[in-house]
Amino acid sequence: MAQTSTQSTHESHPEPNYFAVILVLTVLTAIEIGLTYAPLSKLAIGILLVGLALTKAIIVAMFFMHLKFEKATLALIAATPLILCTLLVFALLPDHNPKDHAPSTAPQTTGQPAPTH
Amino acid sequence: MSHAATMDPVAHVVEPAESPLTPESWGKLGMWIFLAADAMSFGGLLAGYGALRYYSTNWPNPKEHFGINLTAFMTFLLIVSSFTMVKALSASRHGNLGKVKLYLAATAIGGAWFLGMQAYEWTHLIEHGLTLQGNPWGSSLFGTTFYILTGFHGCHVLSGVIYLLITLMMAGKGSWGYGEIEITGLYWHFVDLIWILVFTFVYLI
Repeated sequence: MAQTSTQSTHESHPEPNYFAVILVLTVLTAIEIGLTYAPLSKLAIGILLVGLALTKAIIVAMFFMHLKFEKATLALIAATPLILCTLLVFALLPDHNPKDHAPSTAPQTTGQPAPTH
Repeated sequence: MSHAATMDPVAHVVEPAESPLTPESWGKLGMWIFLAADAMSFGGLLAGYGALRYYSTNWPNPKEHFGINLTAFMTFLLIVSSFTMVKALSASRHGNLGKVKLYLAATAIGGAWFLGMQAYEWTHLIEHGLTLQGNPWGSSLFGTTFYILTGFHGCHVLSGVIYLLITLMMAGKGSWGYGEIEITGLYWHFVDLIWILVFTFVYLI
């Protein structure tokens, strides 16, 4: 790794077209907002929105945080929280028994301030 | 052992010259590890939010109560500030200190603008009765989760603006260069990345 200039280490990867990146992110955001008005089921809208949000997050990591140009092992560090948090979601959801919310036992939240004692 | 120590008295404090993952600097690897840990904090909050909402019987529709246009603009603001951040890094790569300072200042202004809009949004919602433990439109956890998630993110933006101003000052003095600006950038883009998720999960879904 002979250095020909003081900046050689900074030029080891090409510079992405950053303007194209923000353009894509802006368009994806607009699509997300449009989707919330789409005549689709709530589940379908939810899945599409999560997909779009993850796509945007990955674009930011790949091009703005330059993950695309880093060693693959660094991407493993970056992916760790995503994997663990996905597992956490599946760990949390079955932990709750929907029967706890049976109308006869569940106190209704009215939004009124609690009475002062 | 004692021979080796006598021959090389500083051997025990010498670190490997290069980080195995980020040959440019150890600082960069440190920031990545910090961000991975921080992402798990946000992930935990988001997962908790999801579980509470999933089982709630009276969760309001966020779209009816939050100003989506306002927050969409806030999202756009952070995306643009990420753009100015990479432009600052690019200017540093080309040794243009004037542009480095200009773009870093623009990024800090973008962050401060975001915080101002968030303060406006919070004030508006509090006036309408949405507080940490009160919600006129249904489940009180709607307010709790909203303020904790957006507040935790807002604290990150505030820290980021301070970090950017310090970077601006140090770059201006010539003490910090490309490597340090890149690390600042990693933090700032992460704040943008998290907002993308918060915006979708809290405001849109």
